[in-house]
Amino acid sequence: MKKINKILLLALLLLINPLLFAQDAEMADKMRSEGKIYVVVSILLVILIGLIAFVFFTDRKVSALEKRINELK
Amino acid sequence: MKSAWWKILCVLLLMYTVVGGFLFSVPRLNIVNETIRALYFHVPMWFAMVFLFLGSAVHAIKYLRNPSVESDIWSVECANVGLVLGILGIITGMIWANYTWGSPWHGDPKQNGAAVALLVYLAYFVLRGSVNNEEQRAKLSAVYNIFAFVAMIPLIFIIPRMTSSMHPGSGGNPGFNMYDLDSRMRMVFYPAVTGWILLGGWITTLRIRMKLVEEKIALKEDEKNK
Repeated sequence: MKKINKILLLALLLLINPLLFAQDAEMADKMRSEGKIYVVVSILLVILIGLIAFVFFTDRKVSALEKRINELK
Repeated sequence: MKSAWWKILCVLLLMYTVVGGFLFSVPRLNIVNETIRALYFHVPMWFAMVFLFLGSAVHAIKYLRNPSVESDIWSVECANVGLVLGILGIITGMIWANYTWGSPWHGDPKQNGAAVALLVYLAYFVLRGSVNNEEQRAKLSAVYNIFAFVAMIPLIFIIPRMTSSMHPGSGGNPGFNMYDLDSRMRMVFYPAVTGWILLGGWITTLRIRMKLVEEKIALKEDEKNK
């Protein structure tokens, strides 16, 4: 559980890092290049990471249920 | 697998959304630039959230009219997945705002309203967590759920339109009206909304099925322990 939190935190930090970086005037950094297409990429990435994390936690709950079923038998 | 058609539709629509969303032509606008494509990913999160919160409220009413464990489970899981989508909506909105408005949090009425609406639904889970008696928990949270839904509507849809807001579709800003008229974007936007709502619904039904199985297991365990 703690390990997952760390991984999630790291992913979040990696995502936020370029955001903080781009605070000052429009420099030629990645997120503002190519018509800011990387902003769209990061938005889709956030959605994917979020949904996958949610599915992952659901998966763990299902595993726990399977264990309970097996103990019943 | 007989009733799987909508799941297949969901997958196809989302694949179309990603391909079309990134590649099809969009209006050329200053400042917004290519980020206008985020419309296909950020906005459907809120559509799906509202859809699921509506489902949650409907099942809350259903529970109050005719109490059953099923209605309670439906209500909780709709709110649960809706909240996840809302959080994703707010994070993606912050990223988008950072590159078009200049900072992730502007105190924009739409942002604030959305944040408060999410907190209202977060409190729903706090309420549920604080009541031990199952029947009482279901009944109390069903009543709260209806209030939460009724509070969300003005927070997200009415107040931002009454004040000035930078968010497209809100007061003082013609916003996406002009982009919405762009039929090229509609070609992707409507399938995107449908696809993301279906995905939200799919995940919700999985959670509901899981909870129903859990309920059955708990019953069996009780029988065994007697």
